[in-house]
Amino acid sequence: MTLCMPAADPAVMVRRASIAEALRGLVPPANVITEEETLRAYDSDGLTAYRQPPMIVVLPETTAQVSAILKYCAREGIKVVPRGSGTGLSGGALPLADGITLGLGKFKRILEIDYPNRCIRAQPGVTNLALTQAVQHAGFYYAPDPSSQIACSIGGNVAENSGGVHCLKYGVTSNNILGLEAVLIDGTVVTIGGKHLDAGGYDLLGVMTGSEGLLAVITEVTVRILPKPTAAKALLLGFPSNEAAGICVSAVIAGGIIPAGMEMMDRPAIHAVENFVHAGYPLDVEAILIVELDGPPSEVEELIARVAALAREAGACYCRISANEAERLAFWSGRKNAFPAAGRISPDYYCMDGTIPRGALAKVLARIREMETRFGLSVANVFHAGDGNLHPLILYDANKPGELARAEAFGAEILKLCVEVGGVLTGEHGVGVEKRDLMPAMFNDIDLAQQQRLKCAFDPEGLLNPGKVFPTLHRCAELGRMHVHGGKTAFAGLPRF
Amino acid sequence: MTNISIASEAHLVEAIASATGPLNVEGRGTKRGFGRPAPSRPTLSLAGLAGVTAYEPAELVLDVKPGTTVAEITRLLAERNQELAFEPPDLGPLFGMAPDSGSIGGAIACNLAGPRRFKAGGARDHLLGFSAVSGRGEAFKAGGRVVKNVTGYDLCKLMAGSFGTLAVMTALSIKALPAPEKVRTLLLLGLDRTAAWEAMVKALSSGHEVSGAGFVPASLAPAFGEERLSSGVTVTALRLEGTARSVADRMTALRALLGGRSEELHTANSRTFWKRVGDVQPFAGDNRAVWRISVPPTRGPDIAEIVESIPGADAYFDWGGALAWAAVPNADAKSAEAIRTGVAAGGHATLVRAPDEIRAAVAPFQPLPPSLAALELRIKQQFDPRGILNPGRMWAETG
Repeated sequence: MTLCMPAADPAVMVRRASIAEALRGLVPPANVITEEETLRAYDSDGLTAYRQPPMIVVLPETTAQVSAILKYCAREGIKVVPRGSGTGLSGGALPLADGITLGLGKFKRILEIDYPNRCIRAQPGVTNLALTQAVQHAGFYYAPDPSSQIACSIGGNVAENSGGVHCLKYGVTSNNILGLEAVLIDGTVVTIGGKHLDAGGYDLLGVMTGSEGLLAVITEVTVRILPKPTAAKALLLGFPSNEAAGICVSAVIAGGIIPAGMEMMDRPAIHAVENFVHAGYPLDVEAILIVELDGPPSEVEELIARVAALAREAGACYCRISANEAERLAFWSGRKNAFPAAGRISPDYYCMDGTIPRGALAKVLARIREMETRFGLSVANVFHAGDGNLHPLILYDANKPGELARAEAFGAEILKLCVEVGGVLTGEHGVGVEKRDLMPAMFNDIDLAQQQRLKCAFDPEGLLNPGKVFPTLHRCAELGRMHVHGGKTAFAGLPRF
Repeated sequence: MTNISIASEAHLVEAIASATGPLNVEGRGTKRGFGRPAPSRPTLSLAGLAGVTAYEPAELVLDVKPGTTVAEITRLLAERNQELAFEPPDLGPLFGMAPDSGSIGGAIACNLAGPRRFKAGGARDHLLGFSAVSGRGEAFKAGGRVVKNVTGYDLCKLMAGSFGTLAVMTALSIKALPAPEKVRTLLLLGLDRTAAWEAMVKALSSGHEVSGAGFVPASLAPAFGEERLSSGVTVTALRLEGTARSVADRMTALRALLGGRSEELHTANSRTFWKRVGDVQPFAGDNRAVWRISVPPTRGPDIAEIVESIPGADAYFDWGGALAWAAVPNADAKSAEAIRTGVAAGGHATLVRAPDEIRAAVAPFQPLPPSLAALELRIKQQFDPRGILNPGRMWAETG
C-alpha cells in the first residue's frame, strides 16, 4: 500500500482512554466503542484495499450529541471521520489511527413525509431504498438510485453526491435535495434550505453535497420525491463493435431523447453476467446497450420506436423490446449483477469511476484494451453510457504478488485517460483517498488551493476527515498567505477548459 | 466612474490584482438594480468578454464566455432543437432595460430560473464547470464539461447565486438539453385559491409530467395578454411538454383528472404565456417594488393573503404555487416585515426591484441567521480577502 495518510499524533493516541471516557459523558456509554474486535468492523469502507482501525468509534443518537462531540473534538484538537453505512467506494470513510469515527448509523428515522409538498425529511442513516419504500404505496419515489441503494444511507449519498442509473434523466443527489441540517466542527448546528427552492444566500446546500465529509456532519436531509412514471419500457440492443454502440448512444442524445437510463456493457462483461444470471443477453455481440424510456405511455411507445430505428442505423445486430414488466426487469437483472458477476470470474476486481464525453466512448475502450496487454490484466466494462460515466472493472488476484499494485496503476492510467479526453476523475464514487493523489491530473495548484480555502471557511483546523480529497494538506494560515500575482502565475497563458 | 471593459482573463487578473479598493462587477448591466445598491466605484464590465467558444449538441454542452447574451445562446441552441432547460428569465425589462440584452454570466451569477425550476432545476444545476478569477487575483477553474462529476467540491453551485462577490467567471461550461417538440397549457378558469392549489398539487402529484404550474389572480389576468384571460376570473395554468401525441394524450388525461371550466393554449401561445410568467412581464411596466418569494408549495395561499392585505399590491405564482412574484406600491419597512414574517416558517423573500434608497434600508436578500451569516462571511473572505469584488452587494456586513 503506497497510500500516505496524515501522520498520527502520538500525543492524541496516548490519551485514548480519557477521550473515550469524555465521549461516554456525551452519548450513552454503550455507544462509545473501544474494543479492538468491534473496531475492526469499521476499519474500511467499500474500498477494502485500505484498512485502518479507528482510535474510537462513537455512535451519537441526536443532533445535540453530534454537536457536543464535535465541540469537544474541536476544543481538544481531535480528528473526526464521519461515516454513514460505509458502502463508499473511494475510501472516504477510511478511519485514522488518531481519529474518532463518527458513525451516523443510529440516525435511522424518517421524520416526516409531506405529500402535498412532495418531500421527505429523514435522518441521514436512512437507506436510499427506504426512502422510496416509504412513499411508493402513494405512487412516489426518490429518483437517485445508486446500485448499493439497499444499504447505502441518504447521508452518505449527500456526502458523495451519489448518482445511479436514472440520474441521466432525473439528476444526481444535489439536484434532488431541498434541505439539510448539519453540524459544523465547532458544534454549531445549521439549517440550510427546507421544503422550498433556492435557499437565499450562497448555495451551501449545493456546496456541502459531495463534500465527502470534509465540511460538516449531516444530521438531517430533506429530499424531493417524484410521482412514479406511468410507464417504463426497455430495449436490449446488441452491436458488432463498441464503436457502433457508441455511435448509437450519441445518436439517441443528439436525436433529442433523454432516456431514463442508457447502460452499456462490453463483451467480457456480457459473458460474465450471462453465465451468472442468465438474463438472456446475446453472446455473439461485442457490446450491448440497455435503453430505458419512462413517462406517459404514448410517449414511451413513440420513443422506443425512435431509439430502435436509431440503433438500426448505428448498426445494431440485435434488438429486443421488453414485452412486459418481467422482461424489463430481466434486462436490468444482468446489469445490476455485473459487479457480483465479475466477482465470480475473478478473485478480485477493482471498480473505476471516470466520466468521459459520450463521443469518446469507443476511443477510450480501445485504449483500455491496449492497456490490458501492457498491464497483463483484463477488464470488463460496464457503464452509464448516457452520461459517459465509465465503470471499468479491472480483474486481478490479490493473492498473486504485485497484482493489486498493477491493478491500481492500471486504474490510475484509465482515469488520467478520462481527463485527457475531456472528462473527469470521478463521476459518482468520490475522490476519497482512492483518487486523491490523481487530483493534479485535473487541477493545478491554484485550483486546489482555492478548494482547500473553502474548507478553511468551515473547518480552519482541518479536523474533519483530513487526508481525503486533497493530495497535499496545507494549513489554513499557509493558504491565506499563498498569493500569486497577476501575470506571474505559472499557467498565465494556459487556456482553461 | 471608470468602466474597465475586460478583454481577457489575463486582463481581469491584472485588473483585480492591481485594484486598490472595491470594484463593482457586472455582465451586461441589465440587473444592476438587483441586490443592495452599489456605491459609485470603478466597474469591471464583462460585456466584451463574449462569445460561444464550443457547442457540441451530442454532448449536451456548450462553452461560453460570460458576456454572451442569453438571447444569442438561445438562438444558437434552437438551431439544433436544444435549449437552456432552466429557462433563464429575461429580467432586463423589469429593470427598464432592453429585452434580450442580459448576459449568461449574469443569469448564472444571480441563479435565476424560470417556470421549469421544480422539474428541470435552476441555473445552479446547469453550470457544469467554469474558469474564474478570485478576489485574490488568481485564475482558477472548477467542475468540468460532463454532467456526472464529483471531482472536488462543487464550486459551480457556490458561483451560481453569489452575485459576483466571490470570483469573476471568465468561461462557463453549460448544460444544453433537447427542447420539447410541443407545448400545451391547460388554463383552469375561475378557481378560488384553495381549489387552485388543490389542482396544482393534484397535477404535480400525477404521472402526467407537468412542467409548469402557476396561479394568476383575476386582477392580473389581463396582464398576461390573452384575450380569453381578460374575463375577470382567476387562471390556474398547467404546462405539458413533449412529443405531439404524448402532449395530446396527457392533456386529455389532465382535463379528466381536474375537470371544471378550462381553455387550452397550444405551442406558440404557451411559450408566450410562460415567458411572461418567468420574465415577470406583468410588473415590467409599472413602478411598484417587486418581491420574489420562495416558500414550500402549500404555503403559497398564505403568502397570497399577506400580499392581498397590503393596499395596492398584487401577486401571481409560479413553480406549482411555491414562488410568488409580488408588486407592492410602497416597499416600506412595514410591508417588508409583513412579507418576511410570511416566510419565517420556511422560505425566503427577495426584494428584487425597488428604488436605491429602499434597497439600502430594507435588506433585499433574506437576512440569514447569525451562524449562516458568519459562515458566508468566512467563505467570502477565503475567496476575496481584500473585499474587492462587489462588497456589500448581498449583505451589508460583508462590506
